[in-house]
Amino acid sequence: MTRRLLAVSCSAALLGICAAGGALHAQISSDRIVRASAEPDNWLTYSGDVYSRRHSPLTQITPANVKNLELQWVFQAQSLEKFEATPLAVDGVLYTVQPPNDIVALDGTTGRIFWTYSYKPSQQARPCCGRVNRGVAILGDRLFMGTIDGHLLAVDTKSGRPLWNVAVAGARAEAGYAITVAPQIVKDKLIIGPAGGDFGVRGFIAAFDPANGQELWRFNTVPGPGEAGHESWASDSWQHGGAAVWVTGSYDPELNLIYWGTGNPGPDFNGDKRGGDNLYSDSVVALDPDTGKLKWHFQFTPHDEFDYDSTQVPVLADIEWKGRPRKVMLWANRNGFWYVLDRATGEFLSGKPFAKVTWTESLDPRGRPMNVVKPTLEGTVVFPHLGGATNWYSPSYSPRTGLFYVSAWINTSATFSRRPAEYVEGRAFLGAFPTAADIGINGVPINRRLPEEGTGAIVALDPKTGEKRWEFSMTDITDAGVLTTASDLLFSGGREGFFYALDARTGAMLWKAPVGGIVQAAPMSYAIGNRQYVAIAAGNSLYGYALKQ
Amino acid sequence: MNVRWPVVRTAVATVAALFIGGPVFAQHSYTRSEIENGAHLYLGSCATCHGARGDMVRGVALMSGRFQRASTDEELVKIIISGIAGTAMPPNNYTDLEAGMIVAYLRGTAAGDSVTVTAGDSARGKMLFDGKGKCATCHSETSRTAPPLSDIGMLRRPLELEQSILDPSATLNTNYRFARAVTKTGTVVTGRLLNQSTFSVQMLDSAEKLRAFDRSSLREFTVVKTSPMPSSRGTLDTQEVADIVTYLTTLRGQR
Repeated sequence: MTRRLLAVSCSAALLGICAAGGALHAQISSDRIVRASAEPDNWLTYSGDVYSRRHSPLTQITPANVKNLELQWVFQAQSLEKFEATPLAVDGVLYTVQPPNDIVALDGTTGRIFWTYSYKPSQQARPCCGRVNRGVAILGDRLFMGTIDGHLLAVDTKSGRPLWNVAVAGARAEAGYAITVAPQIVKDKLIIGPAGGDFGVRGFIAAFDPANGQELWRFNTVPGPGEAGHESWASDSWQHGGAAVWVTGSYDPELNLIYWGTGNPGPDFNGDKRGGDNLYSDSVVALDPDTGKLKWHFQFTPHDEFDYDSTQVPVLADIEWKGRPRKVMLWANRNGFWYVLDRATGEFLSGKPFAKVTWTESLDPRGRPMNVVKPTLEGTVVFPHLGGATNWYSPSYSPRTGLFYVSAWINTSATFSRRPAEYVEGRAFLGAFPTAADIGINGVPINRRLPEEGTGAIVALDPKTGEKRWEFSMTDITDAGVLTTASDLLFSGGREGFFYALDARTGAMLWKAPVGGIVQAAPMSYAIGNRQYVAIAAGNSLYGYALKQ
Repeated sequence: MNVRWPVVRTAVATVAALFIGGPVFAQHSYTRSEIENGAHLYLGSCATCHGARGDMVRGVALMSGRFQRASTDEELVKIIISGIAGTAMPPNNYTDLEAGMIVAYLRGTAAGDSVTVTAGDSARGKMLFDGKGKCATCHSETSRTAPPLSDIGMLRRPLELEQSILDPSATLNTNYRFARAVTKTGTVVTGRLLNQSTFSVQMLDSAEKLRAFDRSSLREFTVVKTSPMPSSRGTLDTQEVADIVTYLTTLRGQR
């Protein structure tokens, strides 16, 4: 890692543009983003690389020395909103988002602020579940951020100076469109889409020109008249069909496909007026990034009435499947099943529950749920909880262990009641919100629940065998993402207010640190000057750890 | 929710009467349909963050009848429609009439209802509460192991109160769960569970001392699934239970 930094600095010097006393590093090209694993000091995308494995090649911190990790710095956000962003790390500088929409550039060694760009979203913004943002994207010398009032904007990486700001067409804040997701960079395009599936928006994924924010293509996640899949919506229910997006997708450069997960159909808890499968809600869609054309789709929960968004991170792995190499997609879904799909074709390879599931009896050979429960007027208890057996929490895949690591809610349930829902613009479009055990995020790490009311876990799943290899249990459920490293460490957190490291091969706890607040972001790792750091947002702060020196 | 709906439908008759004269209550009465429609709107939208009982947002108890940023119905309607700038409370696309229905539901729930089978007498109820019922033994204002009841009339409806008296374990208050810990040296500690994690537990023990234990120091740790409160079945008759319920509905003090 030191070698790479030196090489960059020297090449800059040869070009005669090296600033006195500090290196001026090369701009971030889309090729660098594709080859992110070649520069492990940096963290260039939301999930670390285009394959969304959230796996760092760095190895300085090991199972043997992780006990010597110590806090190096803390950045306290000037915000009491949920802190869900993963920072980018670029040549020693961290870029993160202080919620709701302030971009902050920090020194990765001290946590000191270089600059802050503060965007004031419209008071008409109405994100369903908190004024959150999950991070920025970088291309060239520009950072890009979506905003909770449906805007997309660019700022300069060195100064935070705003460069352009566009209202994403059709994504009107007053109608419930809110962008919370970190953008995806693919070649010369910036790809993003709006949340708002609980407000009856019509979801889409769109590409924009990083130079000026001009829209280049759009894929409607709820197909309109004349578009394939439109027949899966009864009557005019497609107009408020949801299928929004709010977790960053993945990219396979060889296949030239991007993959995004989509959210619930609207209204969430009553499908009576939207008969049909409701494509492409609760699905993964594989799109050509050049045109936005659909190559294939797989719907995890057809005609969903449980709010089982498929807004999980698509994890792309190359594994041996039944004796031969196969490019697969690993997907632990909110609906309680974890899937292995062929990512070239969308073929269903396997699907197994990783928590208690009662909403369906089982999956058929093509992965379609069978004998799905219909909630009654009086209420029907269903597993998992509407929050899911997992949710938007970043999973990780380690090519070294061959395991897929997932933050899970084990054995949670809710009572779903069938109530009518009427669409009114700008109003929640749900049906009746389900009742459940005290499981909401109250902002502080307090837990008095019984084990049978649900627990949290990190589960290690083996894609080759379909087995759960180990499970690290927590008394409280977790909204924290997972990071693995090439030294076979796993980092995560949860609602209990700890940041911790496990042995990725066994699940044994190796180290933990109290962080005071609940962890609802995902860890990342970077290096500066031959020193590896691990960063995690918890409560309202971002923490940086490294080995004692 | 399936418990709440029938109660809401019968609540209206007394809501107007309960509101009269109280500064924390509404300035006018509500019709049955207003409250029903308000419940529908609340459960389909507000409950997403606030929860079905209105207590899921820290520091906010919507069913209590007390609000940090509003005292009048008009102020509440404005907040529902416009949101609260700088907070997670978003604007909502409701008409004044619809927002007023939500207010009616919240006010109506706070005011309680009169669906107990037997009419009770508040004065007799207070005597039973302090005396034969032995309620005050634990539910005093200074108690640290049982919830104070000085505002219970705003938080729970009569049917819920009656159920708690007759069947205390049916719906446990998760803030008042009890636990039993046995250390590796054999010491048994019982008390109120204040917090727990994978690594430690925090309790108020039976001597009312704040205690924290590493789980690794415990041989056994069990959360008690039943309420320590005894049922009044067999000790209080139907009329006496109704009297206590009626007394409790009058308790509307400060939180």
